[in-house]
Amino acid sequence: MSFMDILALIIPAAIVSAAPLIFTALGGVFSERSGVVNIGLEGLMLFGAFTGAVTIYYGEQFGLAGAAPWVSFVVAMIVGALFASIHAVASISLKADQVVSGVAINFLAVGLAIFLTKKIFNAGQTPVISERISKSDIPFLSDIPVIGKLFFSNAYLTSYLAVFVALIVWYVLYKTPFGLRLRSVGEHPMAADTMGINVKKMRYVGVLLSGALAGLGGAVYVASISGNFTHSTITGQGFMALAAMIFGKWHPLGALGAALFFGLAQAISISGAQIPGLQDIPKVFLLIAPYVLTILALAGLVGRADAPKALGTPYEKGKR
Amino acid sequence: MQNNTNKMKFLVPLISVFLGLLIGGIIMLISGYPPIEAYAALFEGIFGESYYRGETIRQMSPLILSGLAVAFAFRTGLFNIGVEGQLLVGWLAAVYVGIFVDAPAIIHIPLAVLAAGVAGALWGSVPGILKARFKVHEVITTIMMNYIALYSTNEIIRNFMLAPGERTENVKESASLASPFLQELTDNSTLHFGIIIAIVAAVIMWFLLWRTTLGYELRAVGFNQHASQYAGINVSKNIVLSMAISGAFAGIAGSMEGLGTYQYMTINAGFTGVGFDGIAVALLGANSAIGVILGAALFGGLKIGALNMQAMAGVPTELVGIVIALIIFFVACSYLVHWLMNRVNRGGKI
Repeated sequence: MSFMDILALIIPAAIVSAAPLIFTALGGVFSERSGVVNIGLEGLMLFGAFTGAVTIYYGEQFGLAGAAPWVSFVVAMIVGALFASIHAVASISLKADQVVSGVAINFLAVGLAIFLTKKIFNAGQTPVISERISKSDIPFLSDIPVIGKLFFSNAYLTSYLAVFVALIVWYVLYKTPFGLRLRSVGEHPMAADTMGINVKKMRYVGVLLSGALAGLGGAVYVASISGNFTHSTITGQGFMALAAMIFGKWHPLGALGAALFFGLAQAISISGAQIPGLQDIPKVFLLIAPYVLTILALAGLVGRADAPKALGTPYEKGKR
Repeated sequence: MQNNTNKMKFLVPLISVFLGLLIGGIIMLISGYPPIEAYAALFEGIFGESYYRGETIRQMSPLILSGLAVAFAFRTGLFNIGVEGQLLVGWLAAVYVGIFVDAPAIIHIPLAVLAAGVAGALWGSVPGILKARFKVHEVITTIMMNYIALYSTNEIIRNFMLAPGERTENVKESASLASPFLQELTDNSTLHFGIIIAIVAAVIMWFLLWRTTLGYELRAVGFNQHASQYAGINVSKNIVLSMAISGAFAGIAGSMEGLGTYQYMTINAGFTGVGFDGIAVALLGANSAIGVILGAALFGGLKIGALNMQAMAGVPTELVGIVIALIIFFVACSYLVHWLMNRVNRGGKI
């Protein structure tokens, strides 16, 4: 097996498994940059996956055909934002412990999603969908020698969308007044408040956007990878996205890079057995690599990762 | 004022449980299940027969220990979400000693439980050291350590301890907590001696926190790190110790599964959930030993009762998960309850 064959095997697989992580991690960036910890990403992603699976299934019934997955993405984003609003109310308005509220979101999402699945379909899982996002070659770009074959052929459109959204998020956060305001309430809410920025409103926007993007991440996972929703569809991808966000130092492009890297680790752990040289590495090292690396990154051994200053503290007007 | 805060300590959990069950009922009503019949079946499924009571108590033992783990760390101002991972390594250590060591029961059982505690303590101290040395937030590291534990324990079982059926061999009889006497007493439930270990652990936690210098220091660090430092308390040491002791409780919770309920360890596809439930138990129990026992009784009961609720009223067991989530949520939002109480106390004037 030549080196190119190996790359052709791994890289498209890495990009595919990275896409849901990218969306969810970007959601995390929005929330945490505004100063609200979001451990609930896992639950939001899970509920997005459930919503996606149900919407695509019924979309097929109503004759949406190929458009069904795309409709489901929009629905999952709306539902994700609504679900995240619970976290927003608790942690911003009611000043609840943000970590605890996030834990409650995760519990609630898993309970509600499976409860509703059983109620609607009378089974532990949703029916397998037939309208998936299909693999396709990007015209022109896939004809580029070497790079075209690795990056632009035989991949899902959603993966490119994920990269594109990461660029948009970067632009919004770093090049627009809105982004500056969002970041400022996460760093020093009192200073921001003094400048006339509505801290609570900005934080609500951050958390709702995180719900929308995490919901999208879950729906993309269903539409491109799993094909239906079961209790084991989302087991840890949300936490991995959280890890990607931290490993990417709370920066949209950093999160993108980290998610792609974690996707690569996953791809290697799945297809590593076919690759000479990697066969001998126990799979477990590849499985735990994202988590170990995140810990090392946080400990400052792989470049210092600093959280937004006001992360996790509710803002109270007039409190010094 | 003192009286008032004491009253709140009981009121917040009670109101939260009530609201959780109420909204759970509304969810049932909306989705077309009979709430009253379902809750009747739920309570029947907890108290109705001695078998159910036995199962509830069995379910309580790991919940008490994982609740103690979360509560203990909370007292030092640390949030240990890593109970799940510490539980898994404890489970593995207990089963390992249970299978590969030969000893009479009187030595074998304590040895296996101790091994679980040590394994959990080591696993828990890693985030503690990272926090003390590098100021890394323990919430993130403990989550990451959970996954590392899940994949690592599975790999170890797969490579060194595999028996047919994606699991390990059973532990030797001399290491088993199973008790034919308790089983007979409760109509062949899976009740085992673990509950005694769990309650002893609760007493130990209370004693450690409230009757020793160590406990005083740990709580002081939890109240105010800077003041503690100024008073000459070694904050870093206390953080590591707190996480290690918390991890030890979690590890012993794993031994409940390994030596008691299952007698073996499986290759886990996902988490057991016991560690996460521990967060709910600790929150509801206001991080006190007795509160944790009561919280574990409630959640253990709900989980066992859910089975009967599904059988009799057709309501999916997940409803109980929803109710538990809502209860955590309301406890977390105790600000809301305080606010409401203040309004009521002022005679309804807004």
